[in-house]
Amino acid sequence: MKSYILYRLFQAIIVIWGISLITFSLLHMFRDPVLILLPPEATKEEAETLRKEMGLDRPLAVRYVKFLSGMVRGDFGKSFVAQRPALGLVLERMPMTLWLAASGLLLAIIISIPLGVIAAVRRNRLPDHSASIFAVLGQAMPLFWLDIMLIIIFAVKLRLLPASGAGSYKHVILPAAGIAVSLLPILMRLTRSRMIEILSQDYIRTARAKGLRESTVLFRHALRNALIPVVTILGFQSGMLLGGAVITETIFAWPGVASLVVDSIFNSDFPVVQAAVAVFALLIVFANLLTDITVAWLDPKIRFGS
Amino acid sequence: MRTMNGRDGCRYFFRRLGQARVGIVGLAMVSLMVAMALFAPFISPSDPLEQDLHARLRPPFWDEKADPKYKMGTDQVGRDMLSRLIYGSRISLSVGFLTMAFSALLGITLGILAGYYRGIPDSIISNGVNIMMSFPYILLAISVMAAAGPGYVNLIMVLGLTGWPVYTRLVRAEVIELEGRDFMIAARALGGRDSGVILKHILPNTASSIIVLATFEMARMIIRESFLSFLGLGIPPPNASWGGMLAEGRSYMLNLWWLAAIPGSAIFFTTLGINLMGDGLRDWLDPHTRMR
Repeated sequence: MKSYILYRLFQAIIVIWGISLITFSLLHMFRDPVLILLPPEATKEEAETLRKEMGLDRPLAVRYVKFLSGMVRGDFGKSFVAQRPALGLVLERMPMTLWLAASGLLLAIIISIPLGVIAAVRRNRLPDHSASIFAVLGQAMPLFWLDIMLIIIFAVKLRLLPASGAGSYKHVILPAAGIAVSLLPILMRLTRSRMIEILSQDYIRTARAKGLRESTVLFRHALRNALIPVVTILGFQSGMLLGGAVITETIFAWPGVASLVVDSIFNSDFPVVQAAVAVFALLIVFANLLTDITVAWLDPKIRFGS
Repeated sequence: MRTMNGRDGCRYFFRRLGQARVGIVGLAMVSLMVAMALFAPFISPSDPLEQDLHARLRPPFWDEKADPKYKMGTDQVGRDMLSRLIYGSRISLSVGFLTMAFSALLGITLGILAGYYRGIPDSIISNGVNIMMSFPYILLAISVMAAAGPGYVNLIMVLGLTGWPVYTRLVRAEVIELEGRDFMIAARALGGRDSGVILKHILPNTASSIIVLATFEMARMIIRESFLSFLGLGIPPPNASWGGMLAEGRSYMLNLWWLAAIPGSAIFFTTLGINLMGDGLRDWLDPHTRMR
């Protein structure tokens, strides 16, 4: 177990290094930062001075090492627009993104797991068919369009909920619903197929033969075991969850990290873009690492193996 | 195993076809969209770029104030929505198909290299997959498109270059699983060259899972394309792309809701058709689900 964790940690470090490389190259794909920072009437000499000040005249390798050491210390430079440390700007917005992602995830779990159980118990009957139709539709639905339709229906037509922004708990309902729908199909399908598999096993038959109540059999004996792979998938979906947050924040003008990044990309404010991309990637790496270790811990073959 | 003669094979084929009803529905939906894209110049009622400033923001046919000349209404500069929808299918389908083909080609090649040769190529490629998979792809795509500038070729390059890891992961795992099989050992023992083993034994045996994955990926690529176009980073205006139409329609969301709803429905219809086709293909090609 210890060596497995060490191995995964080593892998995570390689991934983080790769991310630093991509994030650094992002900088070089953007237009010349000096031209963005200076007013159009600036002279060539002014541009050269600024270039020197920012260290942009040094060789690429030197700049990469500087960037990497900055990244390790959490220093991505100052935002061109806000003139404040980029990482601080990103971390300030983080709670809003995490709140949105967590609400979406919670909503997805609350809906998908019972639906998956019902579909498995009433297999090939009406509940199962309607659940699978729902899953097929949810999987094909473009999230950004779903978000817009939610706004049209619930904010514009029915006037039940606010269309954008954040503030009250009401603001989180529509964006969270959008994120939930994007996660629902996979969670529901997985719960269903695991439940079907487990319900056909001997120990379930034994439990029923003992005369246990059906609800006890379903929830205490079957669902508990079915949830293990569901939790695994949840861990590995963190990337998808954050991707969904990017889309949803853009549509709902939700003041989180993702909308900050999208704005910064359009403003060519790349210290902020780099800081945010690095923070997002670290979150995903960390979630995957945690999931892997949990899976390993749950699996005796890895826990006690070499 | 029972051998099949031609007639049995035929009957078997049609029985399987009957079971794959969902896939047939999907195939029909996709064929409709493909036909629409191919015959766009013949079926669209007018030029998708032609503006009629006297007929701006006309409602679609179900509204009583609808103009019979414009079945789906017109947009903010009086362009025919129906024609733009029809031409939009060309962009979505071609970008979806080309990016899918590009990323599949790249991903399959890397997957075979990693799975077949193992060792150093494998560790480089597998770490590359891990890095790409930990990267929030959407941020990557947005930043690269912002840097490269919107456009058809850039879009295909960026989506293709960010889409390969799923194929690599799948193909690598399948190749490693095939390694231990008798026919692979036999092929090697008979002195088969690497290229021959890969082309004759590995590719045919991984083809069905690749086809299923590629189908779902094409739908995903269409959604990504439309989101990038929606942000103004994909296909530049005035071209008729569904994502771009959605972005324009979004400003009129408060009272002219159909301007956003119609192009979105077109995206949804297409991706739904492709996903259904993928479900059908999976049932059809996968022997495990076939037995159920």
